Amino acid sequence: MEAVKKEPVLFEGYVIMPYKYSVGSLASKFFIKIRDSKVLSGAKCPKCHMVNFPPRSVCPKCFSKVEELVELSGKGKLETFTIVHYESSVQAVKPPYAIGVIKLEGADTAITHFIGGVDYKDIKPGMKLEPVFKAKRNANILDIEYFQPA
Amino acid sequence: MAGRAGIVAASMTKFEAAKPYQHLMDLVLEVTDKVVEAAGISLKDDVEAVISCSQDHWDGRTISSMPIPDIVCSHLKDESKVAGDGAYAALYGAMHILSGDNKLVLVVSHCAESHTDGTMIENWSIDHIFHRMLGLDYTIGGAMQARRYMDKYKVTPEQFAKIVVKNKGNARKNVYAQEAMELTVDQVLKSRMLADPITELQKKPVSDGACALIIASEEVAKKLTPNPVWITGAGNCYEFHNPGDRDLAECDALVKAAKKAYKMAGIGNPAKDIDLVELSENYAYQEMLWTEGLGLCGKGDGGKLIDSGKTQIKGELPVNPSGGLLSGIPVTVAGMTRVAEAVWQLQGKAGEHQVQGAKRAVVHGCDGLCGQMHCVLVLEKGGK
Repeated sequence: MEAVKKEPVLFEGYVIMPYKYSVGSLASKFFIKIRDSKVLSGAKCPKCHMVNFPPRSVCPKCFSKVEELVELSGKGKLETFTIVHYESSVQAVKPPYAIGVIKLEGADTAITHFIGGVDYKDIKPGMKLEPVFKAKRNANILDIEYFQPA
Repeated sequence: MAGRAGIVAASMTKFEAAKPYQHLMDLVLEVTDKVVEAAGISLKDDVEAVISCSQDHWDGRTISSMPIPDIVCSHLKDESKVAGDGAYAALYGAMHILSGDNKLVLVVSHCAESHTDGTMIENWSIDHIFHRMLGLDYTIGGAMQARRYMDKYKVTPEQFAKIVVKNKGNARKNVYAQEAMELTVDQVLKSRMLADPITELQKKPVSDGACALIIASEEVAKKLTPNPVWITGAGNCYEFHNPGDRDLAECDALVKAAKKAYKMAGIGNPAKDIDLVELSENYAYQEMLWTEGLGLCGKGDGGKLIDSGKTQIKGELPVNPSGGLLSGIPVTVAGMTRVAEAVWQLQGKAGEHQVQGAKRAVVHGCDGLCGQMHCVLVLEKGGK
């Protein structure tokens, strides 16, 4: 053991796996609305009327099949947040950056996204926010650049 | 059910920031040898089933359990894997016994976090359609949860820091612990800020190691040892994955898991009926929130509980006398070490961090973004 502690043999390996994830029919409509019209929408349950944002095709409350998207104003309220100071290999933006849980008007569930256009010391839970969309949009969640004070 | 399930023996490696001198199966071999010797059994002849606990991404391969039979002699035996927290593997082991299917099982977990980039694995566990591209990991999720907890219940970063001071301080008496430190609240708060309010010392460090248990039927356990530890209660519960589906200041899944385990064990007042707790705190704030979820104090009173000193090693209800996860224990292995620590406490073998007279312990395993899955076990010595 002492000999191997002095000179353990290690080698480097990588797992690089390409995927093409299908987002499904409801989320396809959701992302196309963002890409083409800069409109956020929620999935409304036909039975219990719960509105899920981000959308999902099975209601998490009553398990009914959900096929209807309802347009939301995009305005919402910050529930909680953090300022990220460390770097990691998976981050989409360079730290420091603000990220939080945002519940939109008319929705019963919230999304996590970036918070921008504001001095970090002025970010407070409960503050009103609205989305800022990227100029070039690719039908994914990063088409929303961040949420800013409304 | 076929009588009671008793834990006969436990083992673990010393936990280290990296063990480059050990192959993953060296870790499994080390704890298997130790636990078999402690139980006084034959690995080949007495172990009827093996439950391993590991995860493919951490091991950098698929079927992370594939090499295990070579080490634990489980070719042509009942062999299966839990790809989650080790407390679930202990529960699954007990199910093997309680179903009457097996009389003695080996449960073994391993993980070397130093081998890869844990942030990537955490990010891969997150919903890929709406959230993964944001670069979320457990520290960012944890920071948002800690902030919500502070806002709702007015707990403070100073109280989080007290958890770190306690746990890393307790680790000084634990020979298996990785990071034993004498710290002040100020030092914890002034360590590098990761994601507000979580500083570096409030996060479990990267760790390598393994853990094993021998679980047996009541009859076999009593033959093997004068002091088997009985699993008298169990509960597990799964939270919503999306942080925006929950109030992050609450841990409803843990409340449900604990209630189920306490009902089974006949615990009416957990704050009074338990002698010690070993729980899974990946971040300091989690110990405070989980003590609430485990019913050791009221909702929002986790801060008052750490302030009271009751959860110190010499207090009325020691929490993590071993040093907890903050002293350094890898994921997957984490929950099983909570069980192993409690077994040693109840057998009077915990060493310098022994809680005198401990008869009943509660252990808790946890994994996932913002504490998504919780497993609670009640362990007791003696009884009928």
